[in-house]
Amino acid sequence: MKSLIFKTASTYLLPLLLLFSIFILLRGHYLPGGGFVGGLMAAIAFLIHSFAFGLKETQKIIKINPGYLMPIGLFFAVGAAMAPYFIGAPILKGLWFEEPFRFIGMVGSALFFDIGVYLVVIGATLTIMFSLTDTV
Amino acid sequence: MLIAVILGFIFAILVSFFSRFFKKAIPFVYSLLPLSLFIFFLQFLGEIKSKGHILFHYQWIPSLGIDLSFRLDGLSLLFALMITGIGALVFIYTTYYLKGHKYLDRFYGYLSMFMASMLGVVLSDNLMSMFIFWELTSISSYFLIGFNNEDPASRKSALTALSITGFGGLVMLSGIILLQAVGGSYSFTELLNSSEIIKNSTSYGWIIALFFVGAFTKSAQFPFHFWLPGAMKAPTPVSTYLHSATMVKAGIYLLARFTPLLGDTFWWNSTLITVGAVTMVYAAIHSVLRVDLKSILAYSTISALGILVFLIGIGTEKALLAAGIFILAHALYKAALFLITGIIDHETGSRDVTKLAGLQQVMMPVAVAGFIAALSSAGVPLLLGFISKEVMYEATLQFGNWAIILTALAVLTKILLLVAGFWAGIKPFTGALPEEFKKAKLPSPLLWVPPLLLGIMSLGFGAFPSLIGQTLIQPVFSSISGTDTVIQLKLWHGFNLVLILSIFTLVSGGALYWFLKPSKEIFQKTLRFESISPQNIIESGSKIFASFAGIWTRFFQNGYLRNYVITILAFLTLLMAYRLFGGVNIYVDWEQISPVSHYEIIVVVLMIISILFAISTNSRSVSIVALGVVGFANCLFFLFYSAPDLAMTQFSIDTLTVLLFMLVLVKLPKNKQYSSKGIKVRDAVLSLMFGTLIAILTLEVFEEPSSYEVSKYFADNAYLLAKGRNVVNVILVDYRGFDTMIETVVLVIAAVGVYSLIKLDLNPSKKDL
Repeated sequence: MKSLIFKTASTYLLPLLLLFSIFILLRGHYLPGGGFVGGLMAAIAFLIHSFAFGLKETQKIIKINPGYLMPIGLFFAVGAAMAPYFIGAPILKGLWFEEPFRFIGMVGSALFFDIGVYLVVIGATLTIMFSLTDTV
Repeated sequence: MLIAVILGFIFAILVSFFSRFFKKAIPFVYSLLPLSLFIFFLQFLGEIKSKGHILFHYQWIPSLGIDLSFRLDGLSLLFALMITGIGALVFIYTTYYLKGHKYLDRFYGYLSMFMASMLGVVLSDNLMSMFIFWELTSISSYFLIGFNNEDPASRKSALTALSITGFGGLVMLSGIILLQAVGGSYSFTELLNSSEIIKNSTSYGWIIALFFVGAFTKSAQFPFHFWLPGAMKAPTPVSTYLHSATMVKAGIYLLARFTPLLGDTFWWNSTLITVGAVTMVYAAIHSVLRVDLKSILAYSTISALGILVFLIGIGTEKALLAAGIFILAHALYKAALFLITGIIDHETGSRDVTKLAGLQQVMMPVAVAGFIAALSSAGVPLLLGFISKEVMYEATLQFGNWAIILTALAVLTKILLLVAGFWAGIKPFTGALPEEFKKAKLPSPLLWVPPLLLGIMSLGFGAFPSLIGQTLIQPVFSSISGTDTVIQLKLWHGFNLVLILSIFTLVSGGALYWFLKPSKEIFQKTLRFESISPQNIIESGSKIFASFAGIWTRFFQNGYLRNYVITILAFLTLLMAYRLFGGVNIYVDWEQISPVSHYEIIVVVLMIISILFAISTNSRSVSIVALGVVGFANCLFFLFYSAPDLAMTQFSIDTLTVLLFMLVLVKLPKNKQYSSKGIKVRDAVLSLMFGTLIAILTLEVFEEPSSYEVSKYFADNAYLLAKGRNVVNVILVDYRGFDTMIETVVLVIAAVGVYSLIKLDLNPSKKDL
């Protein structure tokens, strides 16, 4: 698509949407949102960008192969699930830092779990998308 | 005990890590494994003799009654000693036999894995874990038979063996489950107490039939015997170890193990006697028609297995004792014969019994081992084979009305096996040495010491049966028969009918060996009957099955997404319609329905318009966008009914789907021809019906009393327990966190699947584009 408006808009949309997706991810524990929706939004951001500039450009921006995000995300999710095990609690028990962090609020293993989900969703969606567009 | 069993698996796994660095050392290090295990099991001889049996218990899956519990009694100890003892010899033998082979390290990995699974089979007290080990032996045998993986014949034999024994294993699994249902436990030791209940239950016939299939496939009984000669494609150490001494005896082990539990009924005895007798005579005849040494040995092994089944079927104390001794005697002499065949093959390059002769001039120690093994297989006095034969004849002679027939069959088998044994153990070494084998020489002691050791054991145990009588055979007998009768093993039984039969066997067998020369012509003649052999019948049966599966698959899996959708929808519609046929229970209370607001009406109208658009347009992109609108309208409904999380997710998913569709569809050529009218009508009818049914179903759900307990608990405790205020998210990451974790894994699998399906290009011509 060669529309100038679309191209210009998507240049600004990409960072905005990505920021928004992180915002959605972080607020998930208290307000509507979470890792899954956040991940989908981030993927949409990249998808829109690839519509405007073509797949190659998007891949340049991402730099790494999105497939790598999947194992990293799984590592986060499984790590967060297993972490309590190492201090003798049943796995998947929620662990929390005592003090809230600035901007983010309370941080616990659930957040890391959500980050894992977030990364897996981005990785999986982008992998599917890139391999689809690669062939047609 | 657990470590002793799984050590082989650990070793097998370690091969892949260490082979890179210590490729040379692996054969020698690995040979120590069975040797040390053999010594380990030897220690238990005294304890078993005094105590009867020892139980080792390790929990595994207690909630399903599946444990890794091991039972060491006479029978399992005999097998464990054979597995590790013959294993040690085979491991050592292989170091030289396959010296310099590219995959020697891998071979040792498979062998260790096999040894561990076989130990697991014979030691497991829990039937479920026994089944798992049982299947592991089939799998490791598959690897070992197909070891020469570049040879198509060897791959085919491996597959045949795997499908036959694997099939038998699955049948046995149903037997185990049925047994558990009746007897109330997977533990053999516990089941023993409810033997009478099981025998009197209505499922008894099914249980023994299923177990029989398992045992017969594994132990190569007629008509499942044909995988065993095929398995001879494996390197000789494998044939020695798996296909004569241990794995094929797993079926015998199973029958012997279950004799005290299931045995001594009419069906048990008559089935085993019939199958055993048919197998032993059929295979014995076959064995003297072959000319390839390994084929001869393969058929004589099948025949020996038939004898064992036959003896267990007779089921008297004498017969079970005979089976116990014969298991050991056969393992000793048959393993030796196989090893000797391997040496001959290795040194001369030939296994043709019509050509081989006079080799004793060049390899004397091998010839000695061959003589001992052949004589033991013939049952010449002073050898272990003699004692087993004596007891066997005693057993058949005592069997009431059928004594004469059974004895005659046993004698006939023994005569033929004598000839086969002599061909394998004596014929290659006697006579004049042909010119072509002059170059053969005595190989390394690593090759000839193992069979010689086996021979010495045959001789030692045969000449002095008291060596094993009380220490080994007595516990074996007690665990097979389940009684405490004290047995006596004697060399000299007095001058009686049994001895006359023995002498008759030896004389007529010797005469037959003298007159019947192995010849290719006779073997050729038997090939005419190949078309009615069980192998052919089963193979053509499986071909029919495969082509049926092909037709079936091509019909249903035709690769058109629209056909899949139609099939799924039509099936669901039929299913639900059938259910609704019995009566629908819908009651709508108009009073309770919340008032319909004007924006809801707007959204519904929007949905209807876009659906009409989607089905009437001729452009792909328009219909996709229209469907997207339907999805967004759905999101609005979620919002109206206060499910912002759901709405948000649905919204993103819809966006993503539409965008992905566009990515692909934009590049496709324009639709030239559209669905015909008939297809349109068909689709419309189907979708209308499906939609109506779903609507009815949704209305019906209201009739079910809904429970708010779970959701109330989640909502009340979200902040207290999980420090979150968004209940939906707390459910996802905390309450049902395990679900989410597994779902992310599923997502990854799906992505990898899509990636590999799209990137996989099976059409080579496309590569040029």
